[in-house]
Amino acid sequence: MEQIVFYVFAAVAVGSALLVVLQQRAVYSAFSLIVCFGALAVLYFQLGAALVAALQVIVYAGAIMVLFLFVIMLLDPQAERFGPDRFKKTALAGLPMAAFLAFVLLRVFPAWSPRGSGEPIGSVEGPKRIAHILFQDYLLPFEVTSILILVAILGAVVLVKHRPD
Amino acid sequence: MGMVPATHYLALGAVLFVIGVAGFIVRRNVITMFMSVELMLNAVNLTFLAYARTWNQVDAHIFVFFVMTVAAAEAAVGLALILGLDRHSQTLDIDSADKLQG
Amino acid sequence: MIEYFWLALVPPLAGFLFNGLAGKRLPARIVSGAGCAAIGASFLFLLAVFAEFIRLPASEQQIVHRLFTWIQAGTFTAECSFLLDPLSMIMLLVITGVGFLIHVYSTAYMKGESGLYRYFAYLNLFIFMMSLLVMAGNYLLLFVGWEGVGLCSYLLIGYYIERRSAGDAAKKAFVVNRVGDACFLLGVFLIFKTFGTLEFGSLFETVSRTHPQPEGGFTVLAAITLLLFLGATGKSAQIPLQVWLPDAMEGPTPVSALIHAATMVTAGVYLVVRSAALYSRAPDVLLLVAVVGVLTALLAALTALVQRDIKKVLAYSTISQLGYMFMALGVGAFSTGIFHLFTHAFFKALLFLGAGSVLLRLHHELDLFRMGGLKNSLRVTCWTMWVGTAALAGIVPLSGFFSKDEILWRALDSPLGHPVFWVAGLVVAGLTAFYMCRLMFLAFYGSPAHGHGESGSEAGTAVTAPLTLLAGAAAVAGLIGLPAYLGDHRLDRFLEPVFRYSYDHGVSASHASHSLELLAAGAALAISLLGGALAYRLYARDRSLPRRLADRFPAIHGTLQRQFRIDEAYSLFVVGGLKALSRRVLWRVVDVGVVDGAVNGTASLFRRWSGVAARMQSGNTRTYAAWIVTGAALVFLYLLSVIG
Repeated sequence: MEQIVFYVFAAVAVGSALLVVLQQRAVYSAFSLIVCFGALAVLYFQLGAALVAALQVIVYAGAIMVLFLFVIMLLDPQAERFGPDRFKKTALAGLPMAAFLAFVLLRVFPAWSPRGSGEPIGSVEGPKRIAHILFQDYLLPFEVTSILILVAILGAVVLVKHRPD
Repeated sequence: MGMVPATHYLALGAVLFVIGVAGFIVRRNVITMFMSVELMLNAVNLTFLAYARTWNQVDAHIFVFFVMTVAAAEAAVGLALILGLDRHSQTLDIDSADKLQG
Repeated sequence: MIEYFWLALVPPLAGFLFNGLAGKRLPARIVSGAGCAAIGASFLFLLAVFAEFIRLPASEQQIVHRLFTWIQAGTFTAECSFLLDPLSMIMLLVITGVGFLIHVYSTAYMKGESGLYRYFAYLNLFIFMMSLLVMAGNYLLLFVGWEGVGLCSYLLIGYYIERRSAGDAAKKAFVVNRVGDACFLLGVFLIFKTFGTLEFGSLFETVSRTHPQPEGGFTVLAAITLLLFLGATGKSAQIPLQVWLPDAMEGPTPVSALIHAATMVTAGVYLVVRSAALYSRAPDVLLLVAVVGVLTALLAALTALVQRDIKKVLAYSTISQLGYMFMALGVGAFSTGIFHLFTHAFFKALLFLGAGSVLLRLHHELDLFRMGGLKNSLRVTCWTMWVGTAALAGIVPLSGFFSKDEILWRALDSPLGHPVFWVAGLVVAGLTAFYMCRLMFLAFYGSPAHGHGESGSEAGTAVTAPLTLLAGAAAVAGLIGLPAYLGDHRLDRFLEPVFRYSYDHGVSASHASHSLELLAAGAALAISLLGGALAYRLYARDRSLPRRLADRFPAIHGTLQRQFRIDEAYSLFVVGGLKALSRRVLWRVVDVGVVDGAVNGTASLFRRWSGVAARMQSGNTRTYAAWIVTGAALVFLYLLSVIG
């Protein structure tokens, strides 16, 4: 059962991720990204991270992508038809590098997994246990994060504020 | 019906990450590039969770939360920057923002 | 209550913080009121402490309070500990008592000055630091007060910030003091290295066990005491570091009074007395202390003879009197030094405040030869200053007579003393009487030469009340230390517990008969009267003779006037030498050759290679991303090779 779910949603995730990159229009990319996030949420759930899966849907697919769509609608970007690409060589050089990275990553991850891994020992993590750790061991980072968000909000406000010039 | 080995999740994460990287390098539309970044972050999250299950460590979940929060903050500031770029040079072409040329 | 004696530090600090932080926006009345109230509160509190302290048996008059551990590093521990013993008690009373009067006086003297909050804040800080200095229970905390006093003197001497000379004088005081401070610090290091502790109690006890007998020659104790003494010469303006004090007159007159009477210059004397357990075991250094004291006393008194500036006369007089004190310390009469410090605090503060009153009347005319005839308009100032002058000159039965006479007697009588010291002391006594009477006659008698009119009056109660009180104190303060032929030396007995670990050279025991002591006292008195009479002859009516003398012997006159050209010598040899060294070696060779060479070489290296690196900075985001990806891939590749 898990295998079926995994392969189906992994395929959906990869496919929609490719669409994100390959679509001409930003709106389509955004929708593809939402699909990708949804598929990933299912996989998170499979990995025993029910809370993260829920947050993935709410925060990522919900809030952040809505923000993206707002900006896209606000700016109404045309299909990507810019001037001649002066940095085509860079991009073309970057792609082999990316492929190389993929190769290396696929080699690194198994090397870091415990020998003969695959039989997971985990269980479904209750939000309670997470909450305990979050508010005890990670209390300071948690509070710092709230300051980070505050700074981000202020920064966004300042950046967007219209300056008469 | 056995469980899916963690390696497969890791491989999926790697693939999604590299797709994000490629998108970031190839695309010139700032918004799409930005979405590629989000994709990379999610690939990392997947990797975290896969390891969390392998080693039965809840800490990784906490890190995923933090990644999400940072992503949210980054989205707020990043999108504000995109608006600023559009207002400044009436384009979303990242190549037009090369004033930092050395 | 007595165990809370260290709370006396709180009001001055509070006053400093209050005026320093909030004073700028407050009216002058509140600023000066707060400044005075802080010191007054501290003084009253200390009086209450004293009332309790004096009832304790002598063996318990040594209260140590450890507030907290200040520094703890390995075997090194520095406590924030305070010590209340007879010595610090008497110092604290002088500091806060005289300090309070000076504060009150300042409210009138500084009226209308801008930056009054600054003045009172610094003044309070000054008192705080000085109290900390004498209350400290170990050398390190003492050093904090020591430096703090130096800082405050710098701030107050340079109080008139818009005047360049004030800034220069402040810098000079600071730098000269720094030389002494460095020596002091070295001495403290040496103490810790040798004895492993800086707390007074345990240190002196250790010393009395390990060095039961005094030892001549260059011992460790000699090195320590020598370094501490160099520190003391800085603060107390002794040869060779005396040059800053005359210039310090650039500050407001009450500040001069504070520096000269209650705080700052007494710190060096205090340090030596506090370290009596060490000094009494290094007889060679004691001899040096005495010689330096005598020389300073003579030199400064000679210089004071010809000064035209009223404050400079008093400044040199202070240096000279401090020389007396060091002479007393040098012959092993530590409590006598404190006695003179005690009486000197009153009459020198009185004289400075009186001079300030004259300056107020004459709109800050400093030249003695442009004063005159002030005795009618400044009645209170005139008679109080006469009291101060008589006390300073050592006229019986005022305070200065007893303390100075005791110094002279000890110089002659002590086993560490020498007749030469006594003779020099007598000469200084005569000179002192002469230059003080000269000051009085020039300022208050004769015909006015100042053009500010006959009429005019005292500046008010805030000026006259401190003067009167100080005059009273200067008159009777000597009674706490009556000589043996008159009765009981209370101060000596009071201070006895302080010197329990000192080596007793048998200084206080009289070696000669009372009649000889009386004879010596009579000689000193006669010399003083002679000096006064000479001043009367030369300056009271006909003032032509001094001018003719000056014209006849311009070389001598100039030499005296410029303090034996010591300042010039320092400029020539020390400053000039440093400049030459800086220019020839440090600048031409080290700076241009080594430093500049290295810097310029680095710069040109980077200029050459930066062109290459700049190519990478295309400004294109995607290019950067490609670089990052490459880097990440390489890192992972490396990890892969490591993990296998």
